[in-house]
Amino acid sequence: MRDVAIIGIGMTEFGELWEKSFRELVAEAGVRAIMDAGIEGEEIDAMYIGGMSSGMFVGQEHVGPLAVEVAGLEDLHIPATRVEGACASGGIALHQGYISVASGMYDIVVVGGAEKMTDVAGGSATNILASASDREWEAFFGATFPGLYALMATYHMHKYGTTPEQLASVAVKNHYNGSTNPKAQFKRKITVEDVLKSPLVADPLHLLDCSPVSDGAAAAILAPVEVAKKYTDKLVRIKASAMACDTLSLHGRERFDALPAAIHAAKKAYEKAGVGPKDIDLAEVHDCFTIAEIIAIEDLGFVERGRGGPATEEGITSLHGEIPVNTSGGLKSKGHPVGATGIAQLNEIVLQLRGEAGERQVKDAQIGLTHNVGGSGGTAVVNIMEVI
Amino acid sequence: MMGVARFWREIPQRYNLIGTKCSVCGTIYFPPRAICPNCRRKSAGKMEDYKLKGTGTVESFTIIRVPPPEFEGKSPYAIALIKMDEGCHLTGQIVDCNLEDIHIGMKVEACFRRIQEDGKRGAFYYGYKFRKAKE
Ligand SMILES: [Zn+2]
Repeated sequence: MRDVAIIGIGMTEFGELWEKSFRELVAEAGVRAIMDAGIEGEEIDAMYIGGMSSGMFVGQEHVGPLAVEVAGLEDLHIPATRVEGACASGGIALHQGYISVASGMYDIVVVGGAEKMTDVAGGSATNILASASDREWEAFFGATFPGLYALMATYHMHKYGTTPEQLASVAVKNHYNGSTNPKAQFKRKITVEDVLKSPLVADPLHLLDCSPVSDGAAAAILAPVEVAKKYTDKLVRIKASAMACDTLSLHGRERFDALPAAIHAAKKAYEKAGVGPKDIDLAEVHDCFTIAEIIAIEDLGFVERGRGGPATEEGITSLHGEIPVNTSGGLKSKGHPVGATGIAQLNEIVLQLRGEAGERQVKDAQIGLTHNVGGSGGTAVVNIMEVI
Repeated sequence: MMGVARFWREIPQRYNLIGTKCSVCGTIYFPPRAICPNCRRKSAGKMEDYKLKGTGTVESFTIIRVPPPEFEGKSPYAIALIKMDEGCHLTGQIVDCNLEDIHIGMKVEACFRRIQEDGKRGAFYYGYKFRKAKE
């Protein structure tokens, strides 16, 4: 297997982008990544595009050729594959792109993700997102997507004493970080009181415990390290890329206080990279709900099981804490166009490792991690990146 | 959202809580499974229908306040993760009680109710919900 580097990144602003079409979002992110890499379009060998449900959100499937056409690469007839794993679609695109370069099959590969979620009414978005859960055995009975994470939250609170204030402190931290990110959907700082006063969506989760519905796209360019040296001297290498799956339904799992797929993907990634949780300088984790970040930092081994709530309240994961988590603002504040999220996480880690994160730069960041989850934990992708 | 064919297909499980039992290791599954994850290929073709008693314990719960379109007008309602006495877990609503009285560890029993109605098709979909178990 060859070592793989990221030679370019690009993303759109995230938010309610009513003036931009799905196609324009794909184009904008892709062009930015290509410009950042300094490559010519004709050097691209293949593309992997993550998307959860462009079919239901904008009535457009068959996203591969759409991306090829947008990039003007139809004469080269390059293969472009759309991959789907609900909210982990972007992470899977990265994983597939990594495999294709590492294996020697392709040299220059574009990995991306896009979702345009705000063209449908709120109720339809809820319904489309419910397709990431088990339609026949969860959604049919009235379980919503926030409802499934709420079940995990109730369970975690009962077992470990996690409090609503600790859940809220995740949102407060991520909004603070997002306030420094020009690409973020919400650049407004919030307080614990704001979260607790916002309406309940699924007890104990309030509206401000939930990530928003968003439009956006993100892309990155991968190349073997040897080839990458031709394009950039700020090399960021993918040290490990691991993906794991579990049951589609939450009720089918062996436990409800953790995401076993995320634990498994993290273990594989740490082993492959030859590092442990203590070696990670910063992480972008899948905070689709505040409880999800608390469980994520436990699953990744940053804190002991059950300590996610108090650790967040104590500031361990804040911008200047021991292990900064979601410096970009996370899904919560940066926004969560589901298919784009995994690649947007990669964008943040690469920015940080290059030392280009501006106001929110983590000092001397050498190793960064992304943690991208699909559904209630049916899919998880963990990637570890390092400066070389 | 529920197709008519899918609805009819699942009537036996939804009406009668019929899961499957692995005849190799004896583990009981609900919803029904075609392969036992303990025994894998040894269990192929050896999963038998098994009717659950319908009693279980609340492992976790939430109150849904923002419902999906099919449940418009029905919120707030309670959704729970229930550990059935046979050892398997399922997701279902808890009804016939004050929402404030629902707690982890509460003993519940299945009852058969209307789950959804499809206004366009004029169809009603039935299945299990749960209520506090009689002592
Ligand atoms: Zn078995």
